[in-house]
Amino acid sequence: MSIASNRSDSVAVVGVGTTDFGRLPDHDKTSLGIWALREAAADAGISLKDIDGLIVQRITDYQKFVQITNMSPHLLNCTPGAGRITGGTIALGVQAILSGLVNTVAVVYGNDGRTAGAKYGGKDDSYGTGADQFWSPYGMTSPGAVHAMLYQRHAKLYGTKPEQLGAVSVAFRKHALHNSKAVMQKPITMEDYIAAKFIAEPLRLLDYCLINDGGVAMILTRGDRAKDFPKPPVYVRGIAQTSRLAQGELPDDFGFAAMQSVAKRVFPMAGVTREDVKSLMIYDNFTPIVLFCLEGFGYCPVGEGGRFVEGGRLELGGQYPTNTSGGHLSESYMQGWALNVEAVRQVRGELGSRQVPGADVVQYLQGGPICTSIIYGRDVT
Amino acid sequence: MSEYRKPLPPINHLSRPFWEATKQGRLILPRCNHCGTFHTYFEPWCSTCGEEGVHFEELSGRGKIWTNCRFHRSYFSGMEESLPYNVAMVELDEGPRLMTNIVGLEHGTLDEMPIGMEVEAVFESVTDEVTLVKFRPVRK
Ligand SMILES: [Zn+2]
Repeated sequence: MSIASNRSDSVAVVGVGTTDFGRLPDHDKTSLGIWALREAAADAGISLKDIDGLIVQRITDYQKFVQITNMSPHLLNCTPGAGRITGGTIALGVQAILSGLVNTVAVVYGNDGRTAGAKYGGKDDSYGTGADQFWSPYGMTSPGAVHAMLYQRHAKLYGTKPEQLGAVSVAFRKHALHNSKAVMQKPITMEDYIAAKFIAEPLRLLDYCLINDGGVAMILTRGDRAKDFPKPPVYVRGIAQTSRLAQGELPDDFGFAAMQSVAKRVFPMAGVTREDVKSLMIYDNFTPIVLFCLEGFGYCPVGEGGRFVEGGRLELGGQYPTNTSGGHLSESYMQGWALNVEAVRQVRGELGSRQVPGADVVQYLQGGPICTSIIYGRDVT
Repeated sequence: MSEYRKPLPPINHLSRPFWEATKQGRLILPRCNHCGTFHTYFEPWCSTCGEEGVHFEELSGRGKIWTNCRFHRSYFSGMEESLPYNVAMVELDEGPRLMTNIVGLEHGTLDEMPIGMEVEAVFESVTDEVTLVKFRPVRK
């Protein structure tokens, strides 16, 4: 049996929880994770004692976490606070249930990056080979600059334009206005986008995600038990991953091969095609990766990402409403976690003015460097 | 000369030949003894063929700009005085790609250093220990 599938005995999400997002100086990542977990348990109608697996991400003091929550899980793990790891953390929870190791897993994320002054870039934030020798002496650093350089290649090869990145930024901001928890509540226009100051030129401030404090939790359980919970079950119908870390930070193909490898597994596993997907949640740490994901997962041809996002295609009412919460650009940078919760809530149909009608299949896309996709669905056969 | 405050590479036994060569105005890189791939990291293992063992080889120092960006925010102490500054990835004629800065431009803006522009290495001594490899446009 594959790790997830379109079957009634696959894994379901039965509880989700999110904290407020923003500047929350009275909290740390442990307390934010606990806040989110308590919300998720209440949503699932269970007590923390009913949870027999616990995987926390970015919450380095897992000991304090389990002491305060008084849990005695049969599986306990802690993964690092990198968004590229998020899909793998969720996959571990899914696998633990499918293997029979545990019945119910909480996957919990806490991030106090805004209050703690988390930095992406600089001497304490380098990855992989050679950054200290070949990057830092020239002032090269930060995921934002990497995306700026990838975008420059894409623009040179395919004619992609800043206004196409702006279309992504404006669309997600529109969505945030339907989400009272989103950090950004002020509408923006294309003129505002173009007028925003450069950070790593050609990327502007409005191409960048928002570092904030917050927590997110999901409770997963065996699919055959899922109907006993108060909320409609949302099944993890497909989950797949391929690392492109070995290609370095600036792959020639924008991650296309790795994303294709994921797509070839995740759609058959879920028993759906792109035409069945009603809404997308795309890991938007920077706007260019949204275009690369749409190409890599086959939503548009290679090189067409910029043209694809024009005309409101990613907006509510468009062909593929994307990041309906506002995403990392306008809700909060929760490293993929809040996007997964948004996917679950879309499938449940509980999102009010930002609900996508008939959203029975929603796909999460993470473009890299550990490319991941998760397909959530309402029904199983 | 005032103290150099920008980031400096940590020189160790694996990278020392590279930084000794730049002081002499030469660009060398590790090359796999088995498959011939040039490396832009200083480890003895080859990420292309998986074998162990490298030697250093000199390169022409000629190449083309592969991609570029321009920093308007400083992430390192010492860099703020240079804002905005450019960074380019140069693809050398021999294949490997290096991060660098493009010098010898009138204003240093991105339109002066487009992708595909031919460039050549220049060696900029910044401390007694470190000479950085930067690139300038090839004058035709
Ligand atoms: Zn080799």
